[in-house]
Amino acid sequence: MDTILVIVEQREGKLNRVSWETIAAGQAIAAQTGWTLEAAVAGSGVAAIASEVASKKLTTVYNVESPRLEPYTPDAFAYALQEFLGKHPARLVLMPHTYQVRDFVPKLATALQTTAISDAIGYRYEGGKLVFTRQMFQGKFVADVSFAGSGPCFVTFQNGSFRADKVEAGATPAPVETVHVDVPDSVVRNRPQEVFKEAKQAVDLTQAEIIVSVGRGIKEQKNIELAKQLADALGGELAASRPICDNGWLPMDRQIGSSGQTVAPKLYLALGISGAIQHIVGMKGSRSIVAINKDSEAPIFEIADLAVVGNLFDIVPPLIEEVKKAKA
Amino acid sequence: MDGSRFVKILVCMKQVPQKDAPLKLNEAGTWIREDVSYEVNEPDAFALEEALRQKEKHTGEVVVITAGPARALQVLREALAKGADRAIHLEDDAFVGLDAYNTARAIASAIKDDKFDLIFTGLQSDDYGYAQTGVILAEILGLPHATIIMQIEKTAGGIRVKRELEAGFFQFVDMSLPAVLTIQSGINKLRYATLIGIKQAKNKPLRKVTLAEVQSALGGNMGANLQKIEKLYVPQKSKNTEFLEGPPAEVAKKLVEKLKNELRVI
Repeated sequence: MDTILVIVEQREGKLNRVSWETIAAGQAIAAQTGWTLEAAVAGSGVAAIASEVASKKLTTVYNVESPRLEPYTPDAFAYALQEFLGKHPARLVLMPHTYQVRDFVPKLATALQTTAISDAIGYRYEGGKLVFTRQMFQGKFVADVSFAGSGPCFVTFQNGSFRADKVEAGATPAPVETVHVDVPDSVVRNRPQEVFKEAKQAVDLTQAEIIVSVGRGIKEQKNIELAKQLADALGGELAASRPICDNGWLPMDRQIGSSGQTVAPKLYLALGISGAIQHIVGMKGSRSIVAINKDSEAPIFEIADLAVVGNLFDIVPPLIEEVKKAKA
Repeated sequence: MDGSRFVKILVCMKQVPQKDAPLKLNEAGTWIREDVSYEVNEPDAFALEEALRQKEKHTGEVVVITAGPARALQVLREALAKGADRAIHLEDDAFVGLDAYNTARAIASAIKDDKFDLIFTGLQSDDYGYAQTGVILAEILGLPHATIIMQIEKTAGGIRVKRELEAGFFQFVDMSLPAVLTIQSGINKLRYATLIGIKQAKNKPLRKVTLAEVQSALGGNMGANLQKIEKLYVPQKSKNTEFLEGPPAEVAKKLVEKLKNELRVI
């Protein structure tokens, strides 16, 4: 029988909640293919995480243990999981597309002479064949991608592609099996230091009900003021996509996206934001999304509730006036 | 990479469609139509800039490499004009269709006679968006790697890099050399090429590598992608987007009305 293995993510001994989405994906694929679904957690002293995961509908949960798995290094993780997969072969290995996974999966897949379909957003099972969907060209297109090799096939899923609340609990807890892996000292080449947070995070955008966010379409630093006026008129916070913060036009703590904050306000008003994947993952959960962009094919329009195709410099000034009138 | 030592850096760069270029699918629905404007992949531009800054600090050599059709030469020309010392062009239309594994193998085969202290790639490309080629290249070359790098400092034993993690977290990692790093956009401020740089670029060494040479270096077993793009298509809209049209003043009025009465945020 073919096996699907979900490798859940833990960081410093805590389960990353996005792993539930990956288990939901695994359960959906298992239900359609009839394949067995297992899960694994790799780390040092992470038995509690294995037990937590074992409450879900899974055949077995593996607790892959080595003292060298803490702190995280790509060398130790790739080595340990390669050893584990040698003893417990899987046809399909699913993981969340996190920065940590991105750091070791290409290495692991290459060491096993196979490949990873990275940043997938869904799958289809047609005529006995699994096809995964992933965005390309910054979200302008979607591709159906299949595995050409024999496996194990690795797939990483983008945050929010599956719903964590759809995870089925098991009737009884799944058996947890501890697998000790001997990771030789010589394998681990990098010496990671403590994880730290840099920005004082003056603004907690996650609490904002209204966010006005600017992208490359704002063109120049001096134009940020226009967006600020709109945010003020609406009583909202000002935010930005990554390039704006990279340019220093707004501080890094106002960045929305995979490397910034993840927000879900009542209103997300995107000005001149094309909607690259890395930005979308940070705001697609917003209750309503309004997008103003001059490019009618900008991916942001795929997820917008209200859309204006046009020059933001023409539309925002009268918009500020109308908002002020409505509030007066 | 201490001050006295010569540092040799390879920067892997890619040409991708321009950010706001309108893209169309080819007839077979397997790729885009190639008659668009191209530019350098943004994180790769930051990777080059970082290599040039490291060279300026520690002296050394910056080599740029790309795999792509004749048009991709433009990326190398710009890099040479900005200060790279020499370039390697794996030139063939076929390189566009390679998956990350085969791209990394092709690059590895082309640099087998070079010994680099550092190899930089952008953290991902704007076209495929695999975010894998750099890490795969490290594995093929047997080198340590670190991803999504925001800072590189020399240390007594090698380098200390600053990795970007999610949600505003960072981590310093000490590494020995040689090493492969994938560079995040925003690590530095990009420079422009100077007129003198553009002039000098014309006389800098450029090595062309053909597909046949790559294939022979890999023992003839390159070409079979491990993953296959079956079909490329415009995403199906999951939302019922309402487009507001008309002159700006009218659109502004309509929008505020909806913000007030339908979305109830005013």
